Amino acid sequence: MSNLLNSKNRRLDGRKLDELRPIKMEVGVIDNANGSSYIEFGRNKIIAAIYGPKDVHPKHKTKTESAIIKCRYHMTPFSTGTRKNPAPSRRETEISKIIREALEPAIVLTDYPRTAIHVYIEVLQSDGGSRCAGVTAASLALADAGINMRDLTAGCAAGKINGKVALDLDEVEDMEGDADLPLAILPNLEKVTLLQLDGDFSRKEFIEAFKLAKEGCLKVYDMQRNALKDKYFGSKDA
Amino acid sequence: MSEIKRKYVIPGELVGKGNYNRTSNVYQIEDKFYSTRVGMAEVFNDSLRVIPLTGPYIPRVDDLVIGKIIDYSAFAWEIDINSCFSGFLLAQSVFGRDYSPARDSLTKKFALGDLVTAKILAFDRTRDPLLSVSGPGLGRINRGEVVLISPTKVPRVIGKKGAMIKTIENYSKCRLTIGQNGLVVISGNPEGIVSAKSALNLIDHEAHIADLTQKVQDLLSESSKGKKE
Repeated sequence: MSNLLNSKNRRLDGRKLDELRPIKMEVGVIDNANGSSYIEFGRNKIIAAIYGPKDVHPKHKTKTESAIIKCRYHMTPFSTGTRKNPAPSRRETEISKIIREALEPAIVLTDYPRTAIHVYIEVLQSDGGSRCAGVTAASLALADAGINMRDLTAGCAAGKINGKVALDLDEVEDMEGDADLPLAILPNLEKVTLLQLDGDFSRKEFIEAFKLAKEGCLKVYDMQRNALKDKYFGSKDA
Repeated sequence: MSEIKRKYVIPGELVGKGNYNRTSNVYQIEDKFYSTRVGMAEVFNDSLRVIPLTGPYIPRVDDLVIGKIIDYSAFAWEIDINSCFSGFLLAQSVFGRDYSPARDSLTKKFALGDLVTAKILAFDRTRDPLLSVSGPGLGRINRGEVVLISPTKVPRVIGKKGAMIKTIENYSKCRLTIGQNGLVVISGNPEGIVSAKSALNLIDHEAHIADLTQKVQDLLSESSKGKKE
C-alpha cells in the first residue's frame, strides 16, 4: 500500500485529516432549465439541472398522489483519465438511484401530484466523492427551480487512509485507502438520506468517520446557503 | 399597525415559532415553521408567509391566465397555460348546453395556436384545470405582444393596489393584460410596446430590490424622452 500520509499527518495534496477540498458553488447556470447549479468539489466539476415539474412519460408511471423524480447521474466521456464509454454503466445506474433516494425526502412531492421532476447531474471532471458533490449540486438546482422543499440536502464523505479516519477523500485516497463513507444529510431536520460504506471500519472508527462526515456536510451546507443567497439576495447576509 | 418582521430565507430555514393561523410556503414541525422556498419571509402577528422568488406556476381557482390552444378533441380544447398541468376548455361552455359535435366545429371558435385569456373554473389535485372564457375581457387575443415573465414576479408587476401596472400603462400608453401564469399581453402602439417590454424585463430581473416603481418610472420616462428628441 502506498503512503498517503506524511510524518506530520498531512495528505498527498497537503490537507490535514479533517480538511475539505476547496469548494465552489454557483446557482442558475443554465438558462433553459427550470433550475440549475454548478459545483467544483476539489477537482470534481459537476453541473446539475432540473426540468419540471412536467407530464410523466410513460403515462403509467404517474402517481396520482405525488410527483415522481427521475434522476440521471452521468459522467461525460472526458471526465476520467481514460475515455469513459458514454453509455450508462452499472455504477452510474446505482448512483442515479441513490441520489434520487437522497433527494426524495427533502422534496414535498405531494405538492405536485401527477407530475415528474427531472434531475440531471452531469460530471464534467471527476475526482473522488462525486456522488456527494452530485447530491449537493442537485439540491441547489431544486431550490433554484422553486420546488417546495423541506430542507436542502448536503453531501460529504469521510474515509480511512493509512489506518486513520479522514474527511473528504479524493480519487487516489479512495482507491488506495482502506474505507470510504459517503454521507448526505438534511441539515435542519437532522436526518440522514444517504449512507454507504465501502471498505471496513471498526465500530469506533465508524462513529468517528460518521461524525467527521457530518461536520463536513454542515460546512457544505453553509456554502450551499451562501451560493443561494448570492444569487437571490445579492450576497446580502440576511 | 403591528410590526412586520422580514428576512430572506432558503428551504429548510426557520421562519418563525409559535401559533400562526394562516401560513403559505412553509411547513410545520410542532410549533416551528420552516420555509419551503427561496424567498422573503414575512412574520405578522397571527400569520406568516414566504414570498417565493422563483418557481413554477401552480393553477388556482379564479386565476386569470393566458394560454395557447395546443390541441382539441370533439368536446374540448387543450390549452398550454405555462404550468405542469394543461388547461381544458369544454366546448359546452363556449357553444352552450346544446353543443353537438356533429353541428358545431371547434376550430371555428379557436384554432390551434390561438392565444386566449381565460379564467380557472375548477382545479384540484386530482383533476387538470378547467377553464372558462365567458366573462368580460376573456376570450381570444387578437392583437398585441406576449411577454413571458417569471410567474412569481406577477405580484410585483401589478404592484400595491395596481400601482406598478398603472405606471407602466400611463407611460407607455399601452394596455396590459397580466395572466397569473406569467404571460403578459401588451397592446398599443409599437413604441409603447417596446418600452413596456423593457419595463417588464426590468421587473423580472430585479424584482427583489426596493424602490422598484421609482426605477421603472425612470426607465419609462427616459425612453419617452428619447422618442421626442
